Amino acid sequence: MESIAEKQADIVEEFAFLEDWMDKYEHLIELGKELPLIDEQYKKEDNLIKGCQSQVWLHAENDGEHVHYTADSDAILTKGIIALLIRVLDGHKPSEITQADMDFIDQIGLKEHLSPTRANGLVNMVKQMKYYALALQASESKTTSS
Amino acid sequence: MDVKTPPLDIAKLRQDFPVLHQKVAGKPLAYFDNAASAQKPQAVIDTLSHYYETTHSNVHRGVHQLSQKATDAFEEARKIVQQELNAAHPHEIIWTKGTTDSINLVASSLGQNQIKSGDEIIISALEHHSNIVPWQMLCQRTGATLRVIPISDEGEIDLQAYRELLSSRTKMVAVNHYSNALGLINPVEAIIEEAHKHGAWVLLDGAQSLPHRPVDVRALDADFYAFSGHKVFGPTGIGVLYGKESLLNELPPYQGGGEMIAEVSFEKTTYGELPHKFEAGTPHIAGAIGLGAAFQYLQQQDRPALARHEEELLAYATDALRRHFPRLKIYGDVPHKASVISFLLEDIHPYDAGAILDKLGVAIRTGHHCNQPLMQRFGISGTMRASFAFYNTTEEIDQFITALQRAEKMLS
Ligand SMILES: Cc1ncc(COP(=O)(O)O)c(C=O)c1O
Repeated sequence: MESIAEKQADIVEEFAFLEDWMDKYEHLIELGKELPLIDEQYKKEDNLIKGCQSQVWLHAENDGEHVHYTADSDAILTKGIIALLIRVLDGHKPSEITQADMDFIDQIGLKEHLSPTRANGLVNMVKQMKYYALALQASESKTTSS
Repeated sequence: MDVKTPPLDIAKLRQDFPVLHQKVAGKPLAYFDNAASAQKPQAVIDTLSHYYETTHSNVHRGVHQLSQKATDAFEEARKIVQQELNAAHPHEIIWTKGTTDSINLVASSLGQNQIKSGDEIIISALEHHSNIVPWQMLCQRTGATLRVIPISDEGEIDLQAYRELLSSRTKMVAVNHYSNALGLINPVEAIIEEAHKHGAWVLLDGAQSLPHRPVDVRALDADFYAFSGHKVFGPTGIGVLYGKESLLNELPPYQGGGEMIAEVSFEKTTYGELPHKFEAGTPHIAGAIGLGAAFQYLQQQDRPALARHEEELLAYATDALRRHFPRLKIYGDVPHKASVISFLLEDIHPYDAGAILDKLGVAIRTGHHCNQPLMQRFGISGTMRASFAFYNTTEEIDQFITALQRAEKMLS
């Protein structure tokens, strides 16, 4: 599997062909539509990341070694960005995720969607994805040390 | 529909607003977020820089020439606002940071000596969070009860229900004059008259009315009137609380500090006269003077013509939206309102449409507009809102409609 950095580079390249804003947004909408549906049972209050503009539901699991994410949003552009974030971080080890620099969002020109003023839940989603990995890491190191 | 050529030279008027002449994402900017904050005419910008270049000093304190000049300009601005509102005295104009600050001032001061357990405060279901939370906090502090006037499905205040809420327990009625989320013009004359029959005071949240129409606080017989400078083409960080002299005299000060005192000793401090009693600390001098300049700018315009132009923009945009978008639902769909359209296109998320419009040069507001209880009343999480000022044009509305068609297509 590609590293987190390689996946980010792929996305940057993919977006480099999309010069016009509308093309970028069309592409995000497509990605949003293709995002695998989150299991309904995980679309609960506990998994909700509130934003005043749009909402995000995030669920994380681990298979003992790797973290897996599923997520959803009520806004399709938000969902498109979620698809990118999941593509980059899903399936990696907690230690890789906690250290990941997510600068591809900036490089593809979508940083404003992750700015706190957009209040769309995405900023907190990235934090939440990392917190989950961090929590796993912490519990792992506890079990190995005991 | 036919739109008469407005008897205004809009192109010339727009020259007064430098910020309008820019491109966003390569497209000409169409700024339709005026209800959130309005743009500034050159006259206001020049006044601010002229003040800092030639006049700045602290007010009411120095014997020296600059302090005198600054104080004169600052007090002159107060008189401009007094005349604009037709208040009886300049000292009925209290400088604040904005509408929110003005409302907090009244709520906080009332709580010190006027409101007790068992008293009631009435607001409406249409209020901005700024006209909800300060009253909730006051009720928590004093044991008073907050009552909410219900609204119709179009957002209209239910006057019959309001009459039933009023009683001898009612101490304060606080409602918005024009609604920010929907643009509705509320029946404040009737609201004030009924409240006064019960001896209650009325505070009007005028944040959204002054940008559209002049207000006469004496004709309205409003007890308090709050607004923000930045929404009436003035600077940010300055606002006004108008209060009737007799009522302001009854209220204790809001904050303590310099400016607001007559004499201070560690045993006892006596407070200054109006308006200084409510203006602790160094005020936003430049902001006050800039707000005066904004009203002077408005006073130089043909204001009835500005109002007619806004009505035409509203009619033009409403008609175009209805014609081009069968899935449109307008919230607050009443014939007589301010130039604000709050709407949804069925299942299209406002965030998505707003982000796409932004890249097509069109600035609208999306979300709950700081009116979450109102959105809950409608069973939605937010709307798209286009709010027009007199400097907007029908060409910009055409750009908006085309952009929205594009967004609709992309999102369907
Ligand atoms: C009706 C209404 N009340 C109060 C406010 C708060 O104004 P400010 O943030 O300037 O204090 C606003 C601004 O959005 C408003 O529209």
